[in-house]
Amino acid sequence: MKQWVRHFMASGELFIWGCGAGLSLSLLMIGGLLVLILMNGFGYFWPADLVELTLKDGKHVIGQLAGEEVSPKGIPRIRIKIGNRDLYGLDYRWIDTDQIVERATPADLVMVERREWGNFYGRLRTLTKEDQPVTEGAEAVWQSLPALIGQTKTSEGDSLYTVLVADANAREQSIGLSQVVRVLRPNDLSTWGKLWVYGGNVWMVLSTEPREANTEGGIFPAIFGTVMMVLIMSLVVTPFGVIGALYLREYARQGVIVRIVRIAVNNLAGVPSIVFGVFGLGFFVYGVGGTIDALWFSDRLPAPTFGTGGILWASLTLALLTVPVVIVATEEGLAAVPREYREGSIGLGATKWETIWKVVLPTALPAILTGLILAMARAAGEVAPLMLTGVVKLAPAMPIDWTWPFLHLDRKFMHLGFHIYDVGFQSPNVEAAKPMVYVTTLVLILVVVTLNLTGIVLRNRMRRKYAGSAV
Amino acid sequence: MLDQQYDLKSSVSTLPPAVSSLEMESMDYSDSALPLQPGASGKPKLRVHGFNFYYGPVQSLFNIDMDIPEHQVTAFIGPSGCGKSTLLRCMNRLNDLIEGARHEGNILIDNMDIFNPMIDITDLRKRVGMVFQKSNPFPKSIHENVAYGPRLQGLKNRAVLDEIVERSLRGAGLWEEVKDRLHKSALGLSGGQQQRLCIARALAVKPEVLLMDEPCSALDPIATGIIEELLFSLKKELTVVIVTHNMQQAARVSDCTAFMYLGRLIEFGRTKQLFTNPSNKQTEDYITGRFG
Repeated sequence: MKQWVRHFMASGELFIWGCGAGLSLSLLMIGGLLVLILMNGFGYFWPADLVELTLKDGKHVIGQLAGEEVSPKGIPRIRIKIGNRDLYGLDYRWIDTDQIVERATPADLVMVERREWGNFYGRLRTLTKEDQPVTEGAEAVWQSLPALIGQTKTSEGDSLYTVLVADANAREQSIGLSQVVRVLRPNDLSTWGKLWVYGGNVWMVLSTEPREANTEGGIFPAIFGTVMMVLIMSLVVTPFGVIGALYLREYARQGVIVRIVRIAVNNLAGVPSIVFGVFGLGFFVYGVGGTIDALWFSDRLPAPTFGTGGILWASLTLALLTVPVVIVATEEGLAAVPREYREGSIGLGATKWETIWKVVLPTALPAILTGLILAMARAAGEVAPLMLTGVVKLAPAMPIDWTWPFLHLDRKFMHLGFHIYDVGFQSPNVEAAKPMVYVTTLVLILVVVTLNLTGIVLRNRMRRKYAGSAV
Repeated sequence: MLDQQYDLKSSVSTLPPAVSSLEMESMDYSDSALPLQPGASGKPKLRVHGFNFYYGPVQSLFNIDMDIPEHQVTAFIGPSGCGKSTLLRCMNRLNDLIEGARHEGNILIDNMDIFNPMIDITDLRKRVGMVFQKSNPFPKSIHENVAYGPRLQGLKNRAVLDEIVERSLRGAGLWEEVKDRLHKSALGLSGGQQQRLCIARALAVKPEVLLMDEPCSALDPIATGIIEELLFSLKKELTVVIVTHNMQQAARVSDCTAFMYLGRLIEFGRTKQLFTNPSNKQTEDYITGRFG
């Protein structure tokens, strides 16, 4: 027996199984998280059927099913999105299933997407123009609405039209047409029709600006801000990281001081990001920004131009945060360039700098890109330092637009990571904002994946070009 | 200006023609024209005078004196660690890269001291090319590898560069094998081809001396044979110094041979004489395989 145990331990079998178990567990957890985000994120766009419930007390409820469970009392219940926030105050409602007498999905139920108060679920009644009824009856109003809504979108100012709608219990509510984004009859849509609406929703979220304290509408400014911040950060961090690594590895006299610098650089990667945020606020925003304002924008003071948070300062702060990653990766890459390459180049009459520029750096480029990929992934997901250096919940203007000088590095910006925090935990209507959090998370993950894939494809192409390069 | 240096005609005429094994005549060559003492055979290209070399506190070369004749192949032989590679690497000052290395005495190329602080070290390395033990083509295309040296000198004209690349590759006997894939990675070549590419790369800057540090130690006999044949054609144009572990190789390819042992130059003379009638007991012991 003892012999067998010793044999088993010596074979390393236990270790392999342990590694396998750990890896599987990690993969399962990551996979589970991704599936959760994917399901909730993608589900948000689907125009689910509207159900009309008749309850035991004779009341009606119209809404979209949003889950079911067994309540703590042991009674099964369903969760339904009832919308009509202006009438009910709440978007969701729990209903015990034993209270339900009848479930139906009438085709005439409409979902009115509004600019304020969220969706309205109910039936169409009358269309009025300046308080004069124009069209009456659900079907007639339904027919004339799309054209009128299209008209309102293209024309400036408030629309003269108002649509009168009724909720499940025939409570009437009038909505100005300029408030209406879209009117849908989900129950009347075929699967293809729903897919079309679904695609439109996806596009809407990706391309439009947020509404209703960010809980509705799109997240385009946040996507744009995130990508732009990461790009500016990359532009700054790459040269600095590479130059730093070059000096440390190629030029500095290897000794105690260089070793201390190297340890310091590695430790910098472990400093909490909020500390970088505080540093960025103090150094970049107040220090550098304040000085720039005092020197060049003194006419606008006391209103700050650069002396307040902005995308430039946020990017620089993140560059500082990620520069150790680039330095470490680049140093590894430089160390892996064979000595023969350097000697070969120097033997041909190249100077040290020519050797570094023409042979060493190109050979180490894949490693540098690896560092940059890691840096981008880290920067895209970072929120804490941004909150101090320039992120806002709703930016009035994008960092790039058509007014001179086109690129406005002093502007505040929106960021997907901060958007998650803001929508999920700071909005007045958390329940209604929940799907948006999943969507934003999903988009953030996709943005990071896209940025990383670009880097990886670039790196692989470089590696393939000169197969067998050092790193 | 620089382009003029690379006047096509001159670069064509100064580089050796392609070598193929068929073209090669007998390996035996007439020795009678050469006097016995290498130093006296025409003009010495490299002169080493009272040369000592130290890696930090460790002295690795002791008082070396030798005259390396022009347009001949000189071989350094000796057991591992005897300092032959060190001496070779001193000849184009590659040892400058090593921290703590220092020397005494001097090495002259055409009577010019290579350690003179006034000379341009990159210029020296252009005149004294180097081929390493391990073939080290850069991770670039074949064309870029060969054009690397001329490009460093500021040559940009594509046509001239192409011409130099072709001449150099022909000079290294590689042209026929790679002419269809000049723009593919050099790392796709075989070991022997890579080593010849390194020779071509060194030839592209038109050196006067070519230093070879055990260029065949990692190659199979056929690739070794090709490179050895190459040496015969190369020495018409330049002076070759080769370090080798392989005594048969030294006997086959070199005109003069230096035997080194423990950092000292034990014997230096005509290859034939050194191998048939060594004047030193240690040399005899080494070449007969009694130690080493």
